[in-house]
Amino acid sequence: MNAVLSISSLCKSFGTVKVADAISFDVPMGQSLGIIGPNGAGKTSLFNLITGTLRADSGSIKYQGIDVSTNNSATRCRAGIARSFQIPQPFTAMSVFENVLVGATQGAGLTQREAETVCLEILTQTGLVSRANDLAGALTLLERKRLELARALAANPKLLLLDEIAGGLTENECQSLVATINDIKSSGITIIWIEHIVHALLAVVDRLIVIDFGQMIADGKPKPIMNSRQVREIYMGLDADA
Amino acid sequence: MSARVTRSSRSSRAFAIIAGCAVVILIAAPWWAGRADMRLFSEIFLYLSLACLWNLLAGYAGLVSVGQQAFVGFGGYVLFGLAIFWGVSPLFALPIIAILGVLVAVPVAALIFRLRGAYFAIGTWVVAEIFRLLASQISALGGGSGTSLPVSVVKSIASSRATRESVVYWTALALAILVIITTVFVLRSRKGLALTAIRDNELAAGSLGVEIWQTKFIVYVLTAGLTSAIGALIFLQKIRITPDAAFSVNDWTAFVIFMVVIGGIGTLEGPIIGTLIFFVLRETLADLGTIYLMILGLVAIAIMLFAPKGVWGYVKSRYGIELFPITHRVKFEEE
Ligand SMILES: Nc1ncnc2c1ncn2[C@@H]1O[C@H](COP(=O)(O)OP(=O)(O)O)[C@@H](O)[C@H]1O
Ligand SMILES: [Mg+2]
Repeated sequence: MNAVLSISSLCKSFGTVKVADAISFDVPMGQSLGIIGPNGAGKTSLFNLITGTLRADSGSIKYQGIDVSTNNSATRCRAGIARSFQIPQPFTAMSVFENVLVGATQGAGLTQREAETVCLEILTQTGLVSRANDLAGALTLLERKRLELARALAANPKLLLLDEIAGGLTENECQSLVATINDIKSSGITIIWIEHIVHALLAVVDRLIVIDFGQMIADGKPKPIMNSRQVREIYMGLDADA
Repeated sequence: MSARVTRSSRSSRAFAIIAGCAVVILIAAPWWAGRADMRLFSEIFLYLSLACLWNLLAGYAGLVSVGQQAFVGFGGYVLFGLAIFWGVSPLFALPIIAILGVLVAVPVAALIFRLRGAYFAIGTWVVAEIFRLLASQISALGGGSGTSLPVSVVKSIASSRATRESVVYWTALALAILVIITTVFVLRSRKGLALTAIRDNELAAGSLGVEIWQTKFIVYVLTAGLTSAIGALIFLQKIRITPDAAFSVNDWTAFVIFMVVIGGIGTLEGPIIGTLIFFVLRETLADLGTIYLMILGLVAIAIMLFAPKGVWGYVKSRYGIELFPITHRVKFEEE
């Protein structure tokens, strides 16, 4: 009942490629859920389905008990679903501050005055405040990933979807990111985090789902799942080959 | 450390003063400029308005229309229709025409917004052609060969020719100022931030709560209304209208695109600079005949190669200045 997100029998294909094959799961309020799986498994597509960037072929997506599968991504964002993009999508000709301001004024619906204060806080929290006046197009890949997080936070989400934001970070940066995400988690925001950097993920999440070829092949406590033979074979096996 | 957010800059404050002085000088033009100069200035104001609006449409909302002549012609024809059939005074007709332009744009948008990319562009052009064909069917307005404004209507603006020309000139100036101020207000508003986000990245804008379709729709009908009013004024100045002149893709879209692209698409300053460059080129080279058009083409190619974001895009990235107080700057203050 207190599920923030409730997905049932979700299906989506691109031609013959099934990116979501009868996926069903519930995410209770306040949970941090990790998603792993090989490249091309359909993880990002699942986020696209949840946020409305993609329309499902069949199945339902309920957010706070209401079916949102026909809503567009803007409506879902204003309802409280925000995401970061795996491939950063900055507003390149706008300043970093303005990028975040879009989330605060459009997504969270704050007034200009409130939004300015919130954006400065978020830029400080995500370590971007010194870049506030720079064009987002001038950021490094790492900073662009932080901007993805900052913008999503500015939209004041109840459900935050993070898509591989730890990729390419150094160990120190990774740890500070983990600390930031743990802060977000303790503020009560429900998190779903797709990540290849398993140790970063395990430092945050309460639960793990494994996706392969659009199917959920495991769901449960992170430790046992990481140790299961199935995951080692499918996930680690492919990862080692790559 | 505390911080505050400002939007005006030294360059925008300086520009506001210069622009204010320029407006005063331009208002006084009937007392210092000749007839031909005033006609030229009016034409510049009208093109400036068209360029600003097309920039809002294509540069910000991503609606690359090649059919804005539909609304220029619509405005012109409605002006003539209102004047000839109902004796509506042309200046009084302008706001009515703007509203009618908005009303006509609603079903047009509902139709062409189903099309994407190049199909959208072609759709806008097809709509303009349909408008042209419809206009040429109105036999009371001269059908395919067009018509002139009756002398009585022209005289109703002002009895002397000099006053009349001044009135048309001032109206064109007022319309250009209205368009620029409207654009500034739109871009400074919450919807303007949404629009700027759409300009840069539609996918991200949608995911951050921006209603893409609705925002584009508002921009489309707003620009259609203002473009119709500009069209009305263009043909009020010409006193004569024909379907081919009213719905000319060359005059009302191609030249406008040239101005916006060389000036810098997706910036407010770009179309203004582009319009000035275009008229400087035209006035200095027009005697050369077709070579003039070839030079325009070469200028466009050179700009696209060496300054793909246009003259203003280049200046902005080089010097970081802004003439209008649109963007937000965070000022950090040590305490
Ligand atoms: N818009 C699209 N059109 C066609 N194929 C797509 C599209 N988006 C993703 N795919 C394909 O769907 C599969 C899953 O992609 P994705 O969800 O990005 O995987 P993951 O994030 O798990 O690496 C891939 O084979 C990808 O090429
Ligand atoms: Mg992915």
